[in-house]
Amino acid sequence: MIEIVSATRCVECDICVKVCPANVFDATKDGAPVIARQEDCQTCFLCEIYCPTDALYVAETAEGPTGISEAEVEARHLFGGYARALGWKRGKAGGSQFDPTHRIRVAQ
Amino acid sequence: MPKTATAARSAPERLHLTADVLVLGGGPSAAWAAVAAAESGATVVLADKGYLGTSGATAPSNTGTWCVPPGDNRHAVVERRWQRTGELADQRWMLRCVDTAYRNLLQLSEWGYPFPSEDDGRLYIANLRGPDYMRFMRRRVLLAGVTVLDHHPALELLSDGDAIVGAAGIGRQIERDWRVDAKAVVLATGGCAFRERILGSTGLTGDGYLMAAEAGASLSGMEFTGKYTLAPHGSSLNKGLPFRWASFHREDGSAILGPTGEPLRNGIGEREEEVARALIEGPVYARLDQAEPALQGWLRQGQPNCFVPYDRAGIDPFADLFRVSLRAEGTVRGTGGIDIVSDDCGTGVPGLYVAGDAASREIMTGAVSGGGAVNSSWALASGWWAGKGASTHARRRGGKAFRNEVRPLGQAGLRPAASPRADIAAREIIETVRAEVVPLDKNFFRSGAGLEKSGERLESVWRDVRDHLQGEGVERIRTREAASIAAAGRWSVAAALHRSESRGMHRRTDLPGKSPTLAHRLVLTGVDDFRISGAPERLAELAS
Repeated sequence: MIEIVSATRCVECDICVKVCPANVFDATKDGAPVIARQEDCQTCFLCEIYCPTDALYVAETAEGPTGISEAEVEARHLFGGYARALGWKRGKAGGSQFDPTHRIRVAQ
Repeated sequence: MPKTATAARSAPERLHLTADVLVLGGGPSAAWAAVAAAESGATVVLADKGYLGTSGATAPSNTGTWCVPPGDNRHAVVERRWQRTGELADQRWMLRCVDTAYRNLLQLSEWGYPFPSEDDGRLYIANLRGPDYMRFMRRRVLLAGVTVLDHHPALELLSDGDAIVGAAGIGRQIERDWRVDAKAVVLATGGCAFRERILGSTGLTGDGYLMAAEAGASLSGMEFTGKYTLAPHGSSLNKGLPFRWASFHREDGSAILGPTGEPLRNGIGEREEEVARALIEGPVYARLDQAEPALQGWLRQGQPNCFVPYDRAGIDPFADLFRVSLRAEGTVRGTGGIDIVSDDCGTGVPGLYVAGDAASREIMTGAVSGGGAVNSSWALASGWWAGKGASTHARRRGGKAFRNEVRPLGQAGLRPAASPRADIAAREIIETVRAEVVPLDKNFFRSGAGLEKSGERLESVWRDVRDHLQGEGVERIRTREAASIAAAGRWSVAAALHRSESRGMHRRTDLPGKSPTLAHRLVLTGVDDFRISGAPERLAELAS
């Protein structure tokens, strides 16, 4: 579930407000977007990869928040982790040409 | 220069557009329908509850396709797959689907979608990485000149008495009502996940089923909602593939055994049954210890979303035991949906077309799950046909479309039959439905007595919804979703009770084994007062 919008990383572009399919965020007048409807989050991690500054953190639990702190997410280098695994950078798509899933299908 | 939808005169507080074709939904089948309709010269509006690019079950996933190249082998491949569908699929549709899906996969590569390459350098087009694919499709939809309305859920269809002529809904971020007058509508609103917290589920509340049924369309395959997929406990990752190489254990460490008495080393496909049985008794733990090191690397690199929960929880899934659940997938990986009656994905209601998981996939995959691959190819093909069908209908209807008075069709959750009651709330309704259609001991394994009881509860929930549920403003989205979920649950249980046998994912503990007299599809017609008939009767009815 979405837990953190890092005010220090966020550049207030409001892309997350636009792209979240569950409409979880609200834009604010003079600051970072806020998590307005956390309960609606479907834990799809897509807001993270669309974020140009890796300012969002979605924890692994889908039923409720874990209460993880921003300091811990920073310390464990978890910001942007899913984007790096995919090959997306600064909110831009990339890496699908290196997807080795066809090898898995052969093994299957 | 592509034609664009035109804004009509309207009260300033409402967005009012006109178009030839309106597509409802934001997943792959919606995108393909919009592109197909626009390429045939239609003006197209696409309105989605979420965001075209992230909405639906595909965007957060990495999905195979059912990719069968043309050639002599194709008939044999289709025939082999048909053998596994519980005799309910239709090989003609399966062949059509692989043909159109293959063509559209080639189209994707011509457009420049970055497919990976095989060792010999050829592009591997049989797999689509969800986030990249749907972002790419958004761009293609916009390039085709389609007007895209994100965060604009539809609440109801509009009819002029002869045909469907558009839809109305609300822009949820700007809290403004919208209406699109269109000569044809494509429902690409996805399946119903009954609010299970799985990837894509937030928007998949079966809205299209209720809208279609209110317009007079039928549903089929609604009894096939018994598909569940493994996920790390408490996570949203209903992706079975890594569990192909897993062992499974009870709380006391004892191994869960397969049908031959050997420890289970593969938890997907039919083996979900042993895992389900163990999960009814108590917690189950897994370890991906059947994956060799090279495979571990491919899994990590190829299915990165599957590893997000482990990495964040600090688990090494190849070495550590971790708790797992079976997540209910409703009609998303089940097969039920709106019944298709013509090759252009028509619903039998003039002006109303259907694509993707909103449609019944019984003709493609029968009583078994189409998984990601068949459903993904189905979206590629059915979206294309529905978009073409809708634009042809729009052209044929021409100026006749808006002559008569237009009537909105929405009932339950919008216009209750009796006085609204504040104590009938969306959240409680959804929880009550979930209690009947999600638990493994009620819906993975079914029994006549259990289904009777569930049916009674769902009838009572439905009466409350029909008579008293109402919302105002953006709250109408929630009440309409609750009504759609209640309707889908009620239809599903009724169809499951009607199918007095076991077939595919419909597992009746009281009636194991297939009944030869039920080797046909069940078609359900009507919202409040519905009837269930066999597919042959339905065909005769259509012909008359």
